[in-house]
Amino acid sequence: MFDYTTLRLVWWALLGTLLVAFAIMDGFDFGVAGLLKLLGRDNEERQVLLEGIEPTWEGNQVWFILAGGATFAAWPVLYAVSFSGLYLAMFLVLLAFILRPVGFNFRGKLRDPRWASLWDWVLVLSGVVVMLVAGVAFGNLFLGLPFRFDGDLRMSWQGGFLDLLHPYALLCGLVSLSMLLAHGACWAALKADHAIAARAVRIARWATLAFAVLYVLAGIWLAWGIPGYAVAGPAVTDGASNPLYKQVAVGGSWFAGYLQYPGFWIAPLAALLAAVAVQALVGRRGVGGFVASSVMVGGTIASAGFALFPFLLPSRLDPRSSLTVWDASSSRGTLELMLGATVVFLPIVILYTGWVYRVMRGRVTLADVRKSHGGY
Amino acid sequence: MMIDAEVVTLSRLQFALTALYHFLFVPLTLGLVWILAIMESVYVMTGREVWKRMVQYWGVLFGINFAMGVATGVTMEFQFGMNWAYYSHYVGDVFGTPLAIEGLMAFFLEATLVGVFFMGWERISRVQHLLVTWFLALGTSLSALWILVANAWMQHPAGAAFDPQTMRMEVTSFAEVFFNPVAQDKFVHTVSAGYVLGSMFVLSISAWFLLRGRNVDFAKRSMTVAASFGLAAALSVVVLGDASGYSVSLNQKMKMAAIEAMWHTEPAPAAFTVVGIPDTRARTTHAAIKLPWVLGLIGTHSIDQTIPGIAELVEDAKARIGQGLKAYDAMLALRRNPDDAQAKAVLAANGQDLGYALLLKRYADDPRQATPAQIQQAADSTIPNVPVLFWAFRIMVGCGFYFIALFALSFWKASKRRLDTQRGYLRLALWSLPLPWIAAELGWIVAEYGRQPWAIEGVLPTALGVSSVSAGQVWSSLGGFVLFYTALAVVDALLMLKFVRKGPDGLGIWPPAQPADAH
Repeated sequence: MFDYTTLRLVWWALLGTLLVAFAIMDGFDFGVAGLLKLLGRDNEERQVLLEGIEPTWEGNQVWFILAGGATFAAWPVLYAVSFSGLYLAMFLVLLAFILRPVGFNFRGKLRDPRWASLWDWVLVLSGVVVMLVAGVAFGNLFLGLPFRFDGDLRMSWQGGFLDLLHPYALLCGLVSLSMLLAHGACWAALKADHAIAARAVRIARWATLAFAVLYVLAGIWLAWGIPGYAVAGPAVTDGASNPLYKQVAVGGSWFAGYLQYPGFWIAPLAALLAAVAVQALVGRRGVGGFVASSVMVGGTIASAGFALFPFLLPSRLDPRSSLTVWDASSSRGTLELMLGATVVFLPIVILYTGWVYRVMRGRVTLADVRKSHGGY
Repeated sequence: MMIDAEVVTLSRLQFALTALYHFLFVPLTLGLVWILAIMESVYVMTGREVWKRMVQYWGVLFGINFAMGVATGVTMEFQFGMNWAYYSHYVGDVFGTPLAIEGLMAFFLEATLVGVFFMGWERISRVQHLLVTWFLALGTSLSALWILVANAWMQHPAGAAFDPQTMRMEVTSFAEVFFNPVAQDKFVHTVSAGYVLGSMFVLSISAWFLLRGRNVDFAKRSMTVAASFGLAAALSVVVLGDASGYSVSLNQKMKMAAIEAMWHTEPAPAAFTVVGIPDTRARTTHAAIKLPWVLGLIGTHSIDQTIPGIAELVEDAKARIGQGLKAYDAMLALRRNPDDAQAKAVLAANGQDLGYALLLKRYADDPRQATPAQIQQAADSTIPNVPVLFWAFRIMVGCGFYFIALFALSFWKASKRRLDTQRGYLRLALWSLPLPWIAAELGWIVAEYGRQPWAIEGVLPTALGVSSVSAGQVWSSLGGFVLFYTALAVVDALLMLKFVRKGPDGLGIWPPAQPADAH
């Protein structure tokens, strides 16, 4: 139906879409969890915040599981290199993902306030860890990662966890953290009892401001301080998926793509305009603020993906080993079948997810929490 | 590049521990959710409040377990990439697809609906809530289907071929991957085992209530559901276990021979060794008690086909290593010159044995330089751990037959309304609680440990599948898992015990604190 080049582009877009969906849908859960102690002053208030995300966080997390599974199927070598290369960082993220489900479920199971407080901290930490590490990992993509392939396409990696903590990567970590905290605060403003929502509005405003400043800083640093990668010579876009078949030039600009395809500018502009919209709308404590912060999240991730294009995972150790859209995908047949499965099932997923949100709509008040016996 | 043997051992240990741990929770989710669906159906059909309260009480226990299943399931998805990067690259084109479809089609469904199941009682109509429960149940079983399609492909890699340009297996036929006969048998066998486990969970805890004289009506009703569902499931496990055995004998002859400790080919139909002491060094089984004909009948569903023994299969492996080396050489030639027609022909003729040449990578950097002694070593390495498989299989099968007997007895007692007349029976039901877990874990040991030294049977040796990470890194993650998983196991067990002890009466679920809604 589609040629190999088109399929690869479509799957690049789908990978981006899944990451954005994860960041928007699960991002607000992480943001609310990260703000739990700041927004919720006592156990009841924290219960209000948690009940605002409890009915839906589990489904939201599947966006991450799906992004992982789709990467495994559509970009197997990207999955292999990123998960094994970033071993300890991934393990930290994994621990957060292990602790969250039990945290949500176990927190209300004992009446002891120390028990609830323990799980509150677990949720705060797991939220902050994931938001930070995700940003740090993204930042490292622009710096290039220290890996190379041998002829069997076995990857080797030179460097440890601490090498990931380059100042630029840390800045990206803060961009991610402030962005998702703002996003979580927008959700709390929409969903939580008005006493808490008022606090959430203030936090959303400050976090959005911090995000906008840090995001622009990261962009400036990227433009002038960090060498870009480019595929040397004419790109073969429908060849066999073997990264070693190409040559890569380092030293250009990560903004080369933005000059070549001016349409890319939509993404960073949307992110910044949405940040302004959050300031304007979040005070109304309605859906508007949350929609604005969702656009902010989507625009930010898309702007990073556009800058990297056609790279997925640049290698600074052996630039030729870098993974690009054109040499890291699955076979044509797999991309085609996976696309078919996505086209059939994703609309169904969106449909029943929408239904669940409609069923569980409405603000969670302190009175609700006092009535119920602690969620599930 | 030589593979670090310590990394291989540690990665295998970590995978085994985390997978077996994950499967402590999965089968309970699989089984209990259908019991909830049955109970809620009765509630909606009869309108009797007690059935709704049963769903809510067993639902509390389901929720604790579900959280553990989700938490430990994420590990499995991360781990292929983190610890088995070369595996992920080498077979991701085939193996990744069922995992991705699992997320899209099944896990999304169960994870999205579980919140409404717990928190939606007051927000949607009875019928809507019943539908949520049914779809939740459907989601969990569909999830198992896709995971087992992926696992079956590791046992019987149909529908894929090696591509020397991309250095990996690529799909040639999705129909063969999805409709893999091994997958069908495995799916029904595994979910049925989960249904047995869920039924045992309800049966045992209800028996405990009856022993204490608490929640009597509530417990008897629960036991009746568990007994009927459990009996059907127990029969299905054994019947499909047989089908599974049959497909193993077709596709994984070495695993079959190891399970049976069949050191040499016997004239057909082969005898079944009921018990014995397999001796790995002498390659014989001491003190064997044999049933004539039985193995031949189970393994081949005939009386005239032979089942090959271990010694013959090792010779077979040796021959395949020879052919694999030709494929390996052709693969290297094709990497230098993709248009080499002669090399293409050699690879096409011997490609299915390429994996056997890769077995040599553990012993020689370049398999083509391997000495005859190393080739013999590689051929011998295709024998899995015979005593472990021999006993794991027998204990599992023994449990399987015991479950049929216990559930048949329970079913009979339930239909005669005599569930609470005999304390001996109730104690038996209570103390049988751990058995389905033991059987399920042993089943995975037979399936996965029995496939060694392969990650993908005949295609990719396990040792080659590892990531290029350091032993220190794997030690730290393994340590982390042991620490966190132990802590979570303790918390999970304490919470389960707490809510079982409290019971529907202690929690105010039944009899209800306020007068129940009459309709």
